[in-house]
Amino acid sequence: MTVLVDQNSKIIIQGFTGKMGSFHADEMIKYGSNVVGGVTPGKGGSTHLNLPVFNTVKDAVNETGADASILFVPPAFAADSAMEAADAGIKICVAIVDGIPSHDMIRIKRYMRRYTKSSKMTLVGPNCAGIISPGKSMLGIMPGHIYKEGRVGIISRSGTLGYEAAQQLKNLNIGVSTSVGIGGDPINGSSFRDIIEKFETDDETDAILMIGEIGGPQEVAAGEFAKENMKKPVIAYIAGLTAPKGRVMGHAGAIVSAYGESAIEKVEILKECGITISKNPSVMGDTVKSVLEKM
Amino acid sequence: MDIHEYQAKKILSNFGVTIPRGGIVYSPENAENKAREIGGSRWVVKAQIHSGARGKAGGIIVCNTPLEVAQATDKLLGKKLVTNQTGPEGKIVNRIYIEEATDIEKELYLGLVFDRSSESIMVVASTEGGMSVEEISKEKPETIIRSKIEVAVGMQNFQARELAFGLGIEPELIRRASDTIIGCYKAFSELDATMVEVNPLVISKQKQILALDCKMSFDNNAMFRRSQVSELRDKTQEDSKEIFASDRGLNYVSLDGNIGNIINGAGLAMASMDMIKLAGGTPANFLDVGGGATPEKIVKAFKLVTMDEKVKVILVNIFAGINRCDWVAEGIVDALKKIEIKVPLVIRLAGTNVEKGNKILKESKINYIEANTLEDAANKAVAALNK
Repeated sequence: MTVLVDQNSKIIIQGFTGKMGSFHADEMIKYGSNVVGGVTPGKGGSTHLNLPVFNTVKDAVNETGADASILFVPPAFAADSAMEAADAGIKICVAIVDGIPSHDMIRIKRYMRRYTKSSKMTLVGPNCAGIISPGKSMLGIMPGHIYKEGRVGIISRSGTLGYEAAQQLKNLNIGVSTSVGIGGDPINGSSFRDIIEKFETDDETDAILMIGEIGGPQEVAAGEFAKENMKKPVIAYIAGLTAPKGRVMGHAGAIVSAYGESAIEKVEILKECGITISKNPSVMGDTVKSVLEKM
Repeated sequence: MDIHEYQAKKILSNFGVTIPRGGIVYSPENAENKAREIGGSRWVVKAQIHSGARGKAGGIIVCNTPLEVAQATDKLLGKKLVTNQTGPEGKIVNRIYIEEATDIEKELYLGLVFDRSSESIMVVASTEGGMSVEEISKEKPETIIRSKIEVAVGMQNFQARELAFGLGIEPELIRRASDTIIGCYKAFSELDATMVEVNPLVISKQKQILALDCKMSFDNNAMFRRSQVSELRDKTQEDSKEIFASDRGLNYVSLDGNIGNIINGAGLAMASMDMIKLAGGTPANFLDVGGGATPEKIVKAFKLVTMDEKVKVILVNIFAGINRCDWVAEGIVDALKKIEIKVPLVIRLAGTNVEKGNKILKESKINYIEANTLEDAANKAVAALNK
């Protein structure tokens, strides 16, 4: 087992025939992901990359048995596409797109409340790199070769900082069970706490590296959850020690607007929750290694 | 995106919020006429800049004659106002708002923001208007009342009424107060706002409920569907380098230090800034060229960073994924043919095809310092500074 995706995941691409959709579909197929088709409204019935194209997600699910999807649609249409996936019975949907309005994200999340826990789709992102279970499946845009197969779970807001961590781990000969990019937006589909909980029950994960940043309550919420409920060790790095207050640092969600949202405050709170802190971004790998050695 | 006080007031008045009579002017003559047009015997001359705390900085002047209004306008127009929110360089005053003075009986606070924990809209109110919300939470936290609004159904009358009663508003004004609160909520939810703040919301001696000062911010990601709002953008209130960046799809924040950064990805950019600080340096900017780091973006990024005269060293840190290091390296070499760099340059490449990328850099004639890890890059940048 791994978290969210594995070799059995049947993947469709929403926005399949566009430039981004085509490019990354091809990369995912090359990595070995089981891509079974895609959706572009109006182009149903044709084939693209030797795979069937459907008009609706429902058609795609009925014909291919798809259970995972990845969105490469423009921000203005992304909320609609995510809700369409949820309604068609997709189990895991990754939204790569950067630039979805916050009001739309809230709308998606309210919409999904109509489903029971067991039939509810997991949405990851937006504004993220996606998910990879090394050696099994990639539902994202990351460079697959920097991830070694192994037993450390990674959750990161940032794409490239997540890559940095995977590379550091690989250089130390440490592998990854699944890496999940939850994205840099203020309102996102899955929080650190949502994913950390999945890693706790995953029997192929021994420890979790959480890469957070300034802004919002999610890192602290995950820390508090870990303190109360988790047996596996959690290692964390929080970016943005030098970020000025009240400014948006690239990610729409990276802004300090309340107590507990600066890097220093998050680090202090996470320490109190028993989480091991990576002091700086160049020792994320070393910190994970020292924790694994103590297990 | 931020807008001016007078623009926010206009928007809120369209949603049923009462505002004092007033008008925008661009010259002293204009101001004098506007004061006569508004009528009354006292006016407030308010400098329009994107910042709070304007009163303490001398940006708000109470006048007793139209002539005084003209003189106050003359004094403020073209001036740079420095508040505790603008930074030392201040913000230029190009527009003046003239408003009738209000006889204030009571000052209240009303604010609306996204609550990221509950993923809903939070309305915050307090009887201590006139102070900043940070000051209120520090000094009078017991006066703060909150109401969480379920966005799917919107704000209900009872929720607004509860807030109004909670603020101690007298019964005959409750209806007006709750209409005002609901008006602010509607403006927030219908225009893709991220913040609405009315501070102070006042009860006048004539028993009117008035928005005396307003601030609104909007979600940049939603501006594609809010053309009436996006045209309110005033670029004279923004840092010129930040405008250059945003017009070119770069994420840039100007900072005080002297090490310029060019990095792909917001998280990696923040992490690199942290490493610079730990190595004993200070970053001159935050700059995210986007995960892909295309050659075009890299050229633009070099242009932007070299515009900043504070920059004494440039640090490039690119983690290449699908965009391979060899491609990124070609982009850097190409950029340096177009732009002359007079300060030391530290480059760290990582990720896909890193050896090929470093080889391209070495074989080009560019003058740079190679770094291998994040830490190495930060240390070399700080060392280059001290040479």
